[in-house]
Amino acid sequence: MNKTITNLLTSAIVLALIAPPAFSAEGSILIKNGTILTVTKGVMVKGDILVINGVIKQIGENIPAPEGIKVIDASGKYVIPGLIDSHTHIALAGTNEGSEAITPEADVGEVVNADDVSILTALSGGVTMVHTMHGSSNPIGGPNVVLKMKWGKPSEELIVHEALRTLKFALGENVKQSSRTITVGGPPPRYPQTRMGTNAIIRREMLKARVYMEEWDRYNKLKASKTPPKNLLPPRKDLRMEVLSDLLRGKIVARCHDYQATEALEFMGLAKEFGFKVQALEHTWEAYKIADELAAAKVGISVFADSWAYKMEAAEGIAYDAGYCAKKGVLVSINSDSGERIRRLFNEAGKSMKYGGLTENEALSLITINPAIQLGVEKIVGSLEVGKQGDIAIFNEHPMSAYTRCEMTIIEGDIYFDRAEYLKDREEADKKAQAPKKGGRP
Amino acid sequence: MTKRMFLVCVIMGLTAGWISAQAQPAKVIAIRGAKIIPVVGDDIEGGTIIIKDGKIEAVGKDVAIPSGAEVVEAKGLCAYPGMIDGYSFLGLQEISGVSATVDNRETGRINPQVRAIEALRYDSMHIPIARSNGITAALVAPTGGLISGQSTLIKLDGWTNREMVIKSQAAMQIEFPGIRGGRGGFGGMGRGGAVTADATRLIAELKELFKNARYYQKRKEFAAKNPAAAQPEFQETLEFILPVVRGELTVMISVHSDQDIKAAIQFVKDESLKAVFFGVEQGWKVADDLKKSNIPVIISSLYDMPPVWDDGYDSLFRNPGVLNKAGVKIAFSSVSASVAKDLPYHAAKAAAFGLDKKEALKAVTIYPAEIFGVDKIMGSLEKGKTANIVLSDGDILETRTNIKKVYIDGQETDMSNRYLELLEKFKKRG
Repeated sequence: MNKTITNLLTSAIVLALIAPPAFSAEGSILIKNGTILTVTKGVMVKGDILVINGVIKQIGENIPAPEGIKVIDASGKYVIPGLIDSHTHIALAGTNEGSEAITPEADVGEVVNADDVSILTALSGGVTMVHTMHGSSNPIGGPNVVLKMKWGKPSEELIVHEALRTLKFALGENVKQSSRTITVGGPPPRYPQTRMGTNAIIRREMLKARVYMEEWDRYNKLKASKTPPKNLLPPRKDLRMEVLSDLLRGKIVARCHDYQATEALEFMGLAKEFGFKVQALEHTWEAYKIADELAAAKVGISVFADSWAYKMEAAEGIAYDAGYCAKKGVLVSINSDSGERIRRLFNEAGKSMKYGGLTENEALSLITINPAIQLGVEKIVGSLEVGKQGDIAIFNEHPMSAYTRCEMTIIEGDIYFDRAEYLKDREEADKKAQAPKKGGRP
Repeated sequence: MTKRMFLVCVIMGLTAGWISAQAQPAKVIAIRGAKIIPVVGDDIEGGTIIIKDGKIEAVGKDVAIPSGAEVVEAKGLCAYPGMIDGYSFLGLQEISGVSATVDNRETGRINPQVRAIEALRYDSMHIPIARSNGITAALVAPTGGLISGQSTLIKLDGWTNREMVIKSQAAMQIEFPGIRGGRGGFGGMGRGGAVTADATRLIAELKELFKNARYYQKRKEFAAKNPAAAQPEFQETLEFILPVVRGELTVMISVHSDQDIKAAIQFVKDESLKAVFFGVEQGWKVADDLKKSNIPVIISSLYDMPPVWDDGYDSLFRNPGVLNKAGVKIAFSSVSASVAKDLPYHAAKAAAFGLDKKEALKAVTIYPAEIFGVDKIMGSLEKGKTANIVLSDGDILETRTNIKKVYIDGQETDMSNRYLELLEKFKKRG
């Protein structure tokens, strides 16, 4: 018996010694000699990052390369956390369920389209994670989803399950259908058509959801009791109310599209009235008018850098919005809301240094750790720290410079975008296209 | 004349002289100690610029400052020529989604008679924002249809639209019929042949218009010489195309795909037009043709997707560099009102993808000045040019750079703008 154990132990030790390295080639990478902008732990001028099996194992100087690992030379380049876009609509097969005002059952997580080329454009700008959202056609839209930009992988593998569950709300011109043309014989205007109605319809749904939730609680309590009443019937299942009662129970947080100070404050009022959590407000061009209220309520904002004046409610959007609010203690992220702008998200964040006086690191935070916190994934991404996932972007110049360019984008230790490789492919393709065609028809 | 009357005359004369001197002081400003980036010629460390009567009197390292000059200490700052936006909607568009505030797109397809200058909102909230980012002049263009109207070249300062004029009629804007019809997204480009057939018909229509305009011109000339001959019946469209066919007015042709660019080059040649191209997203594919044609190019906004995915994710970003290397004259544009301030960042983006940094700077200063035929008066910091000067705390194309002062025609401009007004207002909350 004893002998068997000793034998087993010995063979285990031998096995361990001769075993291949304890990492898979996939998901493991060593990036050497870059200027590392960790975002949360300062800057390392000439440092290495070791990612093993998708997770950052070590950050330091002269990390020895484990045998067989992929090594990237980042000399003269900037190594930063993969960028996070807190508000997009990319990689979806549908965005708006605008037929009705209240559609919390319409979950965009069920229509993820992993073939959307916007994933590639995102990668080409160093973006590794996005919050892709239901559109803004309804006061209560539907649940959103957080995705990693794993181009080439099936939809299910893009979804980040660790993220907070979020529900899209929308206020203002879009939901009151300000730009809609009423046509003769066309459908009648949809309720609500005013900001009053918008708030009222959300309150109505919350009151309804509260009753629904209480009815289920009553049922479950009775059912679990020692002597459940005879003929105990469950309440009617309602998919809309399911989502909203999860919101009231704190299992889902709200993300709300709004522009004006009044509607933002009133939505925060509704959240207080019904006890749900507003994780962040979207666009919120007038956030600078209510920065103190936002900071006090710990409500973040996810805003544009300067895309404004495209509609009436965006007429007082100032480029200082992000920087000013950040300095007031509001958790701010810069979003793209676009499959094109996403590839220059870093340029947009950089504008907050000029307008708002943020430092380079504060500006970079707007598209890394801050959106990570807003999405509830700050423990796994958003900065370069040991133990976090190996989501990394490499830029040729400082990412907050207008002259910079993304060179490589890595997700969980795997390269998803490599400009050098891309250029090589293009050169070869060009050569092929220019080469004289041999032969011809026999 | 009595002694007394003589005295009165002397006093009156003196007073008049004093009054006129007060009305038009020979104001001299000396900007001292700046790093001067004249764009044309070498940079000057710790140089001085003398401004007199709105013009640059002197630029250099060792320039004597005239006594009585107002001295602007610019140590640690950079002095650049004001930037020129090659294509914008400044003053024609306030809130793009509210039609009451949009004046850049006339209804109908053929509108050579409409002039941007006549609708220019001199107090647009977007102008001071662009100006305080170092942009001192812009082309303001109508858009849409086949012939969109006449663009105008303005300086970004003035109390009326007319005060802003550099060239009231800068160019006739033509949207070249093509694979992609007109501006506004790349949706149509490269898809299907039906549009192309339509394009051929539309190009024929343009040619027909120009032919008719020439005939109209001949008939007018004939009538002018022969009292017995009747004038041709007035035709608005032809009337306003006349300056184009006479070669007096440049055409700016909005054209995008490689095949359309080639067709547009041929069109310009056939019609003997003075032309500038705008857009030219696939110019890199036909850079040599463009070079040979000698037609300069206003690059469209780089804030757009590649026209077709096969062009590569970075095709818009590298296009300016390829064209510049091929010897094509390029200038950047914002194609915007609300983010016209971003003009320098388009240039920087192209620099990140292969365009030489100095060339990028030229493509927002001296090159657009040359393209619009105003390089004798602006586009660089040289003696004799209009004093359009920007003082910044760094590279003018960098996002983080702050613009400290902007001079237009030698006048220091107001740096306040809508952004700052609202910020200051709400800062008062504490």
